[in-house]
Amino acid sequence: MRRTARLRALAARARWFWREATGEAAYDRYVEHARRQAPGVAVLSRREFERRRTDAREADPREGFRCC
Amino acid sequence: MSERAAAPPDRTGQAVRRRMSPAAVAGWAAVAVAGGLGWSMLALARGEEISAAWMVAAALGTYAIAYRFYSRFIATRVLRVDKHRATPAERLDNGVDFHPTDRRVLFGHHFAAVAGAGPLVGPVLAAQMGYLPGTIWIIVGVIFAGAVQDMVTLFFSTRRNGRSLGQMARDEIGPFGGAAALVAVFAIMIILLAVLALVIVNALAHSPWGVFSIGMTIPIAFFMGFYLRILRPGRVTEVSVIGVLLLLLAIVAGGWVAESSWADTFTLSPGALVLWMVAYGFVASVLPVWMLLAPRDYLSTFMKVGTIVLLAIGVLVAMPTLKMPAVTDFAARGDGPVFAGSLFPFVFVTIACGALSGFHSLVASGTTPKMIQKETQVRMVGYGAMLTESFVAVMAMIAACIIDPGLFFAINSPSGMIGSTVEAASAAVADFGFTISPQELAAAAAAVEEESLLSRTGGAPTFALGMSEIFSAVVGGSAMKAFWYHFAIMFEALFILTTLDAGTRVGRFMLQDTLGNLYKPFRQVSWAPGVWFTSAVVVGAWGYFLWVGVHDPLGGINQLFPLFGIANQLLAAVALAVCTTLLVKSGRLKWAWVTGVPLAWDVAVTLTASWQKIFSGNPRVGFFTQRQVYQDGINAGQLIPPAKDMGEMRTIVTNSTVDGVLAALFAVLIIVVILDAGRVCYRAIRHPEQVRLHEAPFEQSRIVAPAGLFATAEEKAELAAAEAAARSAGSGPGSGAAEGPGDERPEPVGRRT
Repeated sequence: MRRTARLRALAARARWFWREATGEAAYDRYVEHARRQAPGVAVLSRREFERRRTDAREADPREGFRCC
Repeated sequence: MSERAAAPPDRTGQAVRRRMSPAAVAGWAAVAVAGGLGWSMLALARGEEISAAWMVAAALGTYAIAYRFYSRFIATRVLRVDKHRATPAERLDNGVDFHPTDRRVLFGHHFAAVAGAGPLVGPVLAAQMGYLPGTIWIIVGVIFAGAVQDMVTLFFSTRRNGRSLGQMARDEIGPFGGAAALVAVFAIMIILLAVLALVIVNALAHSPWGVFSIGMTIPIAFFMGFYLRILRPGRVTEVSVIGVLLLLLAIVAGGWVAESSWADTFTLSPGALVLWMVAYGFVASVLPVWMLLAPRDYLSTFMKVGTIVLLAIGVLVAMPTLKMPAVTDFAARGDGPVFAGSLFPFVFVTIACGALSGFHSLVASGTTPKMIQKETQVRMVGYGAMLTESFVAVMAMIAACIIDPGLFFAINSPSGMIGSTVEAASAAVADFGFTISPQELAAAAAAVEEESLLSRTGGAPTFALGMSEIFSAVVGGSAMKAFWYHFAIMFEALFILTTLDAGTRVGRFMLQDTLGNLYKPFRQVSWAPGVWFTSAVVVGAWGYFLWVGVHDPLGGINQLFPLFGIANQLLAAVALAVCTTLLVKSGRLKWAWVTGVPLAWDVAVTLTASWQKIFSGNPRVGFFTQRQVYQDGINAGQLIPPAKDMGEMRTIVTNSTVDGVLAALFAVLIIVVILDAGRVCYRAIRHPEQVRLHEAPFEQSRIVAPAGLFATAEEKAELAAAEAAARSAGSGPGSGAAEGPGDERPEPVGRRT
């Protein structure tokens, strides 16, 4: 019983890390942030948010630049 | 405002010094002994082949000691990182680009951003002088120069809300030094892109397998982009899994294509590949980011990190032996076929990124400082990630040194020197002092199902060969060699093509910004004519050097790689000069040597290399002497090998002139930046009261988070206290849930109340 709980915690940890590292968690973070800042205001849909996030790189390609 | 005034030393809790426990002393002594043993085996082995395990031991032991002691010293004594000072991520948190990110996640982001093809290529080329000189510099260079530069730049940029290196140079040194830094970044970008593209062209030429699998990455990326944009926005994991599977399929399918009737279609000459690359670079950089760049980026990051991890495991499991001598005769004579010039300065210039990379300062002063949670974490993220990159370079060195030295020189010498048949190559390699029979050369090519491996310069094929050697020893045996070889080629080509796209965009952005001063609309990223024009200029510039590199009778890598190294080290000099200036200006003159000594060394290396490239009387080293020799030949109507006709003679004259002028330009830029920085430092020492720093004012941090990978006992207590305080304050806003569901987080980040 304890073992499964520990395994589950480990899996949750790994999943959390993965989502953070790949940027999948970016939308959740944005919603959280937006709700906290202005509780009543509608938040962007995921589609719209991801669009803006990708398109922001268009405006300044130095963000997220990778090295040689 | 002054950093001294902002952060009185007593507030930095780090300054408390404790004695190490006897167990810790014993542990670190053991690490030191292991590292020392590794070094002695590397250095003292003469004539016999030694295991790569010693190189790994020397590297890991030295890294551990350097991280534990030197980086800690820099963090606490020199930079005086302040855990009570809020970082830009905390102060300006907007949930998007500024947000406090878990240190382990940020380490991953930062490492993925700094690691690239450079550390895989440089050490391979440097192996022509034997494994020892290169390995020493990779390890010593990183702990005293490369990792220090990354960490200190990251720290100062964090104190300045994540300002870029160029902006810091302008703010803290002056408009003149700032402009020189900007020109340097642009020129370096062009050379960098040309050399990386050249590496890929040399690896893919006459290889239908490689061309097919790389070509397939384009439709795969389009599919992924479409998936992320239209079908399921933001689902990076699932699309990447699909992408990686398709990629593996493309590698396997490449093998089928190479044996089918399509093989001729995908067999491209270097010249044709250049045109394809230039066309790709242009189209990719004007297409919207979501179509090609963003999905490619995911794909190449997964492949990059995954393959590096696999390679580390492979090296540790297979533990191959090093066949290359510790030091070859080329080290002293300076007449090696891979690159000309003697050990000092050219080994340092060639290794570049694995030990000290100027480009990292652009990442360390861009995205990362906007995401770092605590100032104390610059040590783990900045210093730690660079140590990891250096380990990648050590693995590349191992990959190059486990293959037969005769084969190594046959692959890495330009065809002007070794001819184009296995017989000629075997004879030429024998002249270098190594032996390999024509049959062995043919067999090595057949083992990886390539037509020929002769003169596959640029490092990628050598690295791929070493990697396939290591991997096939672990998985699949010799039957899998060809697959692993093309896997490695694909892995390098994938992220080099991504860099080509991203780098062209950055170059274009800088150009647009500059031209915007003359004609306003250029600044608008949505103004299509401006985008097309500036893209064409940037692509044309690196395309020119790529074209030249491919057609240079003297061998493109041979001629251009030193320029690339000089350019990269020049950017490092700019970064180290900015860091040193900031140390002096913020009243840390006593500690200015921490970046000042690596700066002095780097300037000595770069200027010596530039000097030799410009003025050396040896036509293989000095560009202008080379030019003179061939010009005299033209005037006398005399052919000088390796040129085969007068057209080639003229090509050499033009190339040497352009390369020489570029080397001179780099040298002038470096001198300008250093003199300007020196002037600012002198003024700051003479008139400390007039110093103006541009750092963001102090704000109390409310985040509690550990500094290193593992929380110390003290940090655990702080975390527990912060959590208890947050719980008693209720589950209202600011309860530490800023970065995701608290119950899922390993060590929830509490907030001070």
